[in-house]
Amino acid sequence: MMMSEILQKTILHPQHLALNARMVGFGGWDMPVQYTGIRQEHLSVRSSGGLFDISHMGEFLVEGPGACDFLRRCLTNNPDNLSVGMGQYTLMCDHQGGTIDDLYLYRTREDAFLMMVNASRIMDDWQWLTAQCQSLVAEPDSVHCENLSDQLGALACQGPAARQVIGRMEGEETQPIAHMAKNQIQLTHWQGTPIWVAVTGYTGEDGYELIAPNSVIPAIWAWILEQGQAAEIIPAGLGARDTLRTEMGYPLYGHELSPEISPLEAGLGFFVDFNKGEFTGRQAMLEARERGLSKRSVAFLMDGKAAPPRAGYRVADQAGNLLGLVTSGTMSPSLEKGLGLAILEGEAKKPGEGIQIEIRQRWYPATVVRKPMYRKA
Amino acid sequence: MSSSIPEHLKYAKTHEWVRHEADVAWVGITDHAQAELTELVFVELPEVGKVLEAGQACAVVESVKTASDIYAPMSGEVIEVNTSLMDDPGKVNSDAFGEGWFFKLKVSDPAQMDQLLDASGYAAQVGS
Repeated sequence: MMMSEILQKTILHPQHLALNARMVGFGGWDMPVQYTGIRQEHLSVRSSGGLFDISHMGEFLVEGPGACDFLRRCLTNNPDNLSVGMGQYTLMCDHQGGTIDDLYLYRTREDAFLMMVNASRIMDDWQWLTAQCQSLVAEPDSVHCENLSDQLGALACQGPAARQVIGRMEGEETQPIAHMAKNQIQLTHWQGTPIWVAVTGYTGEDGYELIAPNSVIPAIWAWILEQGQAAEIIPAGLGARDTLRTEMGYPLYGHELSPEISPLEAGLGFFVDFNKGEFTGRQAMLEARERGLSKRSVAFLMDGKAAPPRAGYRVADQAGNLLGLVTSGTMSPSLEKGLGLAILEGEAKKPGEGIQIEIRQRWYPATVVRKPMYRKA
Repeated sequence: MSSSIPEHLKYAKTHEWVRHEADVAWVGITDHAQAELTELVFVELPEVGKVLEAGQACAVVESVKTASDIYAPMSGEVIEVNTSLMDDPGKVNSDAFGEGWFFKLKVSDPAQMDQLLDASGYAAQVGS
């Protein structure tokens, strides 16, 4: 029986309604899918800028003298590579190498880390993280984990104009915000309230993510829209966020990643450090790699004029043998072509190889391509 | 968003409009439907010569997010399709009752017109 789900609301829910956003349930949250139109918002992020409410995402703090050691053993990437004020993309796996979540890990102090996780995964991640902490950390007092998801909101300001606008924020930061490098994070202040500003995103564009207590999120949202008006930074919804990340070939948990899909199978081996010593899922992934991966995520472009591919559509080789399923697909607003990501069994498909996508009982030709599918001219 | 509902057309509950001239019916989707579907990125039309039953799924419209079926409001043979929608599906959004028409049917049972809604009936259904 399907119970009607009670959706959570971010602190910006009234603002979304006032902007006549079309709202949709996403990961347990009532979120704006679009304000004016997905294509317009998408193209605006590529040409000028878009402002996304990403307050549904989760934030965990992991601190203490044992924090780095714990995270090295709990996550796939290596936090030792992070100097203070830097972030990295990483994944959390179970013992079979299945993916619990993908996330961004920031080192905010020598012994303090901030994890930014998917909204739909907050509960599972928190359970897994705290259980891992109990089993992996010998001295319980050396690591303290805290779930700040209810207290913190977040905004993503993305696009070529983001830097000039967010760069105007001045809040006693140690480095001018406009000069921050990719993956950098620093603490600044919004009218006395400490907030984090990071040069990260999920769109393939330059831009910032701001992580702040919910109490100041509406004021920051309003300030960016006002300051960004001349530069044509507009509110952008989850629809554009999805098409932007799909064009880049970025994974979305539940589509390209799941407990049944390891980071290696998702093509994210770059973010799995087998040389750092033991970590959860390492043994299983090494064995799977040794045996040869049974499935792999690939990016593809539709060849001719065709309907957009969608998650769940079947994929076959040119001879008609079934290979797998589309995991994400859309009509790319930037390329004006159907494109997507698919998980395929059997031998690895190389860029340039032809495949077929089934759309309404008919097969349409497509070509495996390298990620990202969208590259800046 | 307010959407117009022209008086001279008939409407299916599934949001198609019909303009009936002699034994030919022009078919499209309503302004309300295009607004609900949001910006269309692809339209799949029936083949000319195909014989449709009233209520049969016969075309597909796709927005960035979803694919939706369009149903034949009357029975008949498809005698012409608006091929320009294949290159410019946005016409459905900008001019649903005009340039955004989908296909013409040679109607096999004109009496089916009486089963369609008039403008006020459709307005009541969509609550405008």
